[in-house]
Amino acid sequence: MGWETWLIGTISRALAYGTPLLLGTLGEIYAERSGVLNLGVEGMMVMGAFSAFATAYTTSNPWLGLLVAAAVGGAFSLVHAFVSITLRANQIVSGLALTMLGLGLAGVLGRGWEGKPLAAALPSITVAYLAKIPGLGPSLFVEQNALVYLAAGLAILLWFVLYKTRIGISIRAVGDDPATADAMGVNVFRTRYLCVLLGGVLAGLGGGYLSVAYRPAWTEGMTAGMGWIVIALTIFAFWNPLLGLVGAYFFGALYHLSYRLQPWTSPELLKTMPYVFAILVLALVARGTLKRRMSAPAALCEPYIRGEE
Amino acid sequence: MRFVRIRIEKRPAPSGGLILLTSSLAILAALVVAGLFFWAYGASPLHAYRLILQGALGSKLGLAETVRRAIPLLLCGVGLTLAFRALFWNIGAEGQLLLGAVAATWVALFSGLSGPWLIPVMLVLGFLAGAIWALIPALLKARLGINDVITTLMMNYIAMYLVLYLIHGPWKGPQMRGFAYTDFFPKAAWFPLIPGTRIHWLTLILGLLAAIAAYILLTKTKRGFEIRVIGENPEAARFAGMSYTRTVLIVMALSGGLAGLAGVGEVGGVHHLLRQPEQISLGYGYTAIIVAWLARRNPLAVILTALLLGALMAGGDVIKASLGLPFQLVNMFNGLILSFLISGELLMRYKLSFQPGRRRWAGRPG
Repeated sequence: MGWETWLIGTISRALAYGTPLLLGTLGEIYAERSGVLNLGVEGMMVMGAFSAFATAYTTSNPWLGLLVAAAVGGAFSLVHAFVSITLRANQIVSGLALTMLGLGLAGVLGRGWEGKPLAAALPSITVAYLAKIPGLGPSLFVEQNALVYLAAGLAILLWFVLYKTRIGISIRAVGDDPATADAMGVNVFRTRYLCVLLGGVLAGLGGGYLSVAYRPAWTEGMTAGMGWIVIALTIFAFWNPLLGLVGAYFFGALYHLSYRLQPWTSPELLKTMPYVFAILVLALVARGTLKRRMSAPAALCEPYIRGEE
Repeated sequence: MRFVRIRIEKRPAPSGGLILLTSSLAILAALVVAGLFFWAYGASPLHAYRLILQGALGSKLGLAETVRRAIPLLLCGVGLTLAFRALFWNIGAEGQLLLGAVAATWVALFSGLSGPWLIPVMLVLGFLAGAIWALIPALLKARLGINDVITTLMMNYIAMYLVLYLIHGPWKGPQMRGFAYTDFFPKAAWFPLIPGTRIHWLTLILGLLAAIAAYILLTKTKRGFEIRVIGENPEAARFAGMSYTRTVLIVMALSGGLAGLAGVGEVGGVHHLLRQPEQISLGYGYTAIIVAWLARRNPLAVILTALLLGALMAGGDVIKASLGLPFQLVNMFNGLILSFLISGELLMRYKLSFQPGRRRWAGRPG
């Protein structure tokens, strides 16, 4: 196998594996931009993965599976929204609780579903004309999933909304200075609820993609810490959807390589790669001048109480 | 038109009774939701509760299992109270525990030591291994300001794969017929048990001592005062010239070290070999977060909350066996308890009062 095919294969798989990371990251960026840290991504993703699989298996309709995954992810995120926004509880602990709940529930419910093959997987598509572009074509447009393009498009759309529209300004204002945003007539609670909900929907969708498209099957630990990589990606991306796109594909490549390189070294050690890199990249990003740009939303993790500073 | 308005006012400091009440209510609520879940699964909730109670407290064996589960929860939980007091989010007790288990295994199987020295050296190196594993995120946070939740979690995954690597690769036991375990430890490395139980009392005593020592450290020493100030008011701590870096390093070395001891206890006292991470730990490191939070970050109270969560784990075991539910059940319980617990904190920090709302019919503008 020539290095060219190898590269094309790697890029193609990086997009495929990066897509669930991207979906989760886009959602988390919105939640955090509105001031709510949601550490429940892993739990929402795994619930999305399970519910998508169970639905697609029962109804033979993978699209319905994805829809249910998005709904389940959204419903889960509302628990976090209620506990952390309305009840003003600690966001870190609430998110952790959500992850535990999701992992537990998916593990218990999913027990009878393991090892079943999914006949109705989401089909891969090849874009006929674009696939002929030399180099780029085969890696980007051959045998990819529709959701891969959807997620990439969504990244651009969400970037546009966040930086170029009134809605985006409101969201960022709520995350940076909720009291001022409130005074300007922005509904802080509604904005935060909707952003957290979006985060849940996208995380659920990301999980669903894993179980009905990427690897059409259900296994208990199938999200394997991707939800935590998402949290790290949100930081490397400086809370910017377009940088999130780059970061997600980079980690998609790492995940892919951790399988690809197995003939050469221990699979267990290779699997640490995304986690080791996550720490390394965070350390690199935190150094020097970049640090100034890396400013998190100023009111992240702070519950908003009207009339109280 | 609103007839009742809910007012939320800040409460000064919640009383002990109120804390106990809300905490109990949280656990009760979690049990009720879990009961609904059992019911959906086709098992009577009452039957399930009875099984939990019997499994955890109903017999001598059940009690012993409760205490055995409480040992790692106690060690990890005490360490977490210290970290959480300094507002360092150590979610990495699970990985630190595994590193302690790895160090103990190395001492028992590969160090060439034998006889009465084995157990003390296992404990010391296990403590150090856990501490070093915890110091990496501590340094990254203190020096570079890197998010502690993420790094401690990433370190858990790395530790997990490290254990898997060891048992599938270099440490795979030649006497294990292809199974991914190390060989059994020599008998001198087996921790003494209370006869008829699986309680490795040496580790239990260490846990109790750690709880007392941590309490004294926090409440009676200058260092403890610094830890609390840094956690409650970092600005004031800086003005007072307290070193954030030093405090965080000390706190995390202790927190990781205690989790490491828990790992030593699990391999030395229960398994006598190194095996799959989820079998060594059963999520003790994550459950310990609830233990510490339920104890309201008070190390002495951890003794009680570790026993409580130990009882739930032991009871959960019986449920799993007799209702055929998987290991993940514990995670679900944990998530429920934690969610209700922090939701209940609103009641502790704020006073809710219901007042008759103004009606609009009086013609006043709304």
